[in-house]
Amino acid sequence: MTNVDARADSGTSTGTRTRTAARSGFRINSKAVVMTLYLAFLLIPIYWLVNMSLKTNNEILSTFSLWPRNLTFQNYMTIFTDPSWYWGYINSIIYVTMNTVISIVVALPAAYAFSRYTFLGDKHLFFWLLTNRMAPPAVFALPFFQLYSSVGLFDTHIAVALAHTLFNVPLAVWILEGFMRGVPKEIDETAYIDGYSFGRFFVKIFMPLVASGIGVTAFFCFMFSWVELLLSRTLTSVDAKPIAATMTRTVSASGLDWGVLAAAGVLTIIPGALVIYFVRNYIAKGFALGRV
Amino acid sequence: MTLELDGVTKVVGGRTHIHPTDLRLEAGTMNVLLGPTLAGKTSLMRLMAGLDVPTEGRVLWRGEDVTGMRVQDRKVAMVYQQFINYPSMTVYENIASPLRLMGQSRDEIDAAVRKTADLMKLTPMLDRRPLELSGGQQQRCALGRALVKDAGLVLLDEPLANLDYKLREELRAEIPRIFEEAGSIFVYATTEPEEALLLGGNTATLWEGRVTQFGPTPAVYRKPADATTARVFSDPPMNFLDLTKSGRTLTFADGRTEEATDRLETLADGTYMAGFRPNHLSLEPLAGNSLTFRCTLEVTEITGSETFVHLDHEGTRWVGLAHGVRHLELGREMDVHLDPAHIYIFGEDGDLVAPAAYAAAA
Repeated sequence: MTNVDARADSGTSTGTRTRTAARSGFRINSKAVVMTLYLAFLLIPIYWLVNMSLKTNNEILSTFSLWPRNLTFQNYMTIFTDPSWYWGYINSIIYVTMNTVISIVVALPAAYAFSRYTFLGDKHLFFWLLTNRMAPPAVFALPFFQLYSSVGLFDTHIAVALAHTLFNVPLAVWILEGFMRGVPKEIDETAYIDGYSFGRFFVKIFMPLVASGIGVTAFFCFMFSWVELLLSRTLTSVDAKPIAATMTRTVSASGLDWGVLAAAGVLTIIPGALVIYFVRNYIAKGFALGRV
Repeated sequence: MTLELDGVTKVVGGRTHIHPTDLRLEAGTMNVLLGPTLAGKTSLMRLMAGLDVPTEGRVLWRGEDVTGMRVQDRKVAMVYQQFINYPSMTVYENIASPLRLMGQSRDEIDAAVRKTADLMKLTPMLDRRPLELSGGQQQRCALGRALVKDAGLVLLDEPLANLDYKLREELRAEIPRIFEEAGSIFVYATTEPEEALLLGGNTATLWEGRVTQFGPTPAVYRKPADATTARVFSDPPMNFLDLTKSGRTLTFADGRTEEATDRLETLADGTYMAGFRPNHLSLEPLAGNSLTFRCTLEVTEITGSETFVHLDHEGTRWVGLAHGVRHLELGREMDVHLDPAHIYIFGEDGDLVAPAAYAAAA
């Protein structure tokens, strides 16, 4: 962050500098070059996606252009007006939100138990929680598909949300436990002595203390659920079809609709970027506390 | 208002943390739990508070059995060694929180919080959060929260141990004054004998999960019931010396004999342990008939106005406290002197046989 600022700063004020300052300015610039290159490499794919989303199919396929010659927002309009497109986003957001809420609600008490109590096999259980994360989601696609079909959950939002909790709850417990361990047990006891019931203590005193942990956990749950494609595609057909699945099914008789697909990609990045922006401080704290 | 422990025992995972303990604490008293770390001070407090349930025995509050009652339903308050406050609330809300849970009216709460804050010198900090305060202020906030609810039993678990020297002195002077007004039963755990003496009240000395003695603090200090209590209630620890008496002769561990005089004369024949405090060991010859021992000087510690001398006497470590700054040559042999009036005599089993003459007179 500071590097970028420094670069912008040196860029605007070089002209007005004295000779001595210009010499030191040269050093800053060499750093800026590295930073620029780094950002360029990082941003090239994203730029190209945005670039494509603003071109017509014709331009994408016929010429190589670094920026759109015929700027068009038609691709975005297609997405915002065609229900089969925008419902993909709505479906994704619905099950991702459900999944994040369920994961955190379930993981909070579990993580509390792991951080505060010793019980038979707690250490083993804590470790083996993570084994679900060791298997690729594809392994579970078949059993989930069969199970959900037979109980009538197939093609519902909750089906995808529940399937994702299999992966997110263990991770959420693992992350939250690390944060909760950092809260001294004496705070719990002081609260009980003061007269707090467990529920009231947990909501009013304990949750604010692990707020950054909850933020980080929510971020990881969101991210996993948002980008996970295989399970969400397998478990849905029409009513709960996620955007990622919609994007893979755009091959029509007339070929691939490149521009719309690129626009959909840009719109898919935005929620993730927004979430990262809001929890960035928490994540930094989470890294400092370990366990992320 | 009394708190009684009736044969209370605590066993955790096959290890006994608290051996059967009977204790009776009266209303409006300051009770000090004195013992080294791991002596069971905190365990005992947790049993009193109701945070832990005793393995055996009963806890009686005003004669009523409260064993196993939820801690929320007891009228207790507790302050820990660590500064425990609710970090997400302001100081005002921290102090107010027990009252809010009791369902008091807004005006009552405000009045009580302001009064307590005044007492704790926290009034300018009421709108701040605990973590923005200094350590001493954080602990004052915790003390304020414990005092404001007017609990019958206030437990203070080494509340000053994490504070720096200056603040500790300051708060230590204030605590008895504050508590005098409250009229509750106060229990104060500490590892420092000096702190127990400054706080006064009653003292229970703890050693390895046992209360070795309970009584008025000066009495416990002057007449320790056994060698363990004497060891706990003396800083640096009491010095010990084995001796055997037969007829009118005292034989010391080094084989030296001395004629029994004064009160040592009346002791029955047998083997004893003599104990004396560091400040009674003199580097200068004493007037009257004093005992003299030859020791090797091992270490000296200068504390400013006093000097601790660590001595080796026939393989036993002794500590002496001498006034003034002494620059002594390490490793040299020297004579130390002891007035027999300052000797406590303990039996072979450790029980006190005869207190030091100065203590008996007091």
